[in-house]
Amino acid sequence: MTAGAMDNILEIVIAGFLVLGGLFGLVGSFGLLRLRDPMQRLHAPTKATTVGVGTALVASAFDLLFVGGRITWQEVLVAVFLLISAPMTALYLAKLNLHRTVDRKTLPPTGTGREWANFDAALDEVRTEPR
Amino acid sequence: MILTYALFFALGCFGVAILMNLWVLLRATLVQDRILALDTMVVNAIALVVLYGVYTLSAVNFEVAALMAMTGFVSTVALAKYLLRGSIIE
Repeated sequence: MTAGAMDNILEIVIAGFLVLGGLFGLVGSFGLLRLRDPMQRLHAPTKATTVGVGTALVASAFDLLFVGGRITWQEVLVAVFLLISAPMTALYLAKLNLHRTVDRKTLPPTGTGREWANFDAALDEVRTEPR
Repeated sequence: MILTYALFFALGCFGVAILMNLWVLLRATLVQDRILALDTMVVNAIALVVLYGVYTLSAVNFEVAALMAMTGFVSTVALAKYLLRGSIIE
């Protein structure tokens, strides 16, 4: 295989990653705009947008490696941090949804003899000021 | 050549995504939707910074992206925690 054909294949792979990342980012934000329920709206940005940004980071790493000719590890750091922080964001916003909009009578039983953690009065002892 | 077209396509996609997030941020009825829109805007802005790094072939942008990821995550969790518990650090 000649060097020119190899360059072409690499360019097509990086371009494919870029297009895929852009589409995933678009789908995530469109889902935030269009889905009906607050709990449903939570899913689109925290999953699809994370995948989109991760794909863009992979494309950027490949581009710097094969076109720029140097290895960078920072984009791995950013991608791992985003993959860790997106579920945490989703968890906190789901708790906020439970707290503000969901009626606790519509929730299924926990099956453990205790209340849902969001509504458990025993966990409220550490609260420092009244709401 | 195809790389340039793909890069501008991805930049356009993330730009449109940020505009949609801005629409949600301005017009949402629930405060948790606004927080979510803000968090998504930060993530999309990270993608724009990274794609600009592809455009200029520089590796400096990753530090910007890492800082934006950290501050975005902390601010989202702080806002959610404040609305959830009435104070951020108990």
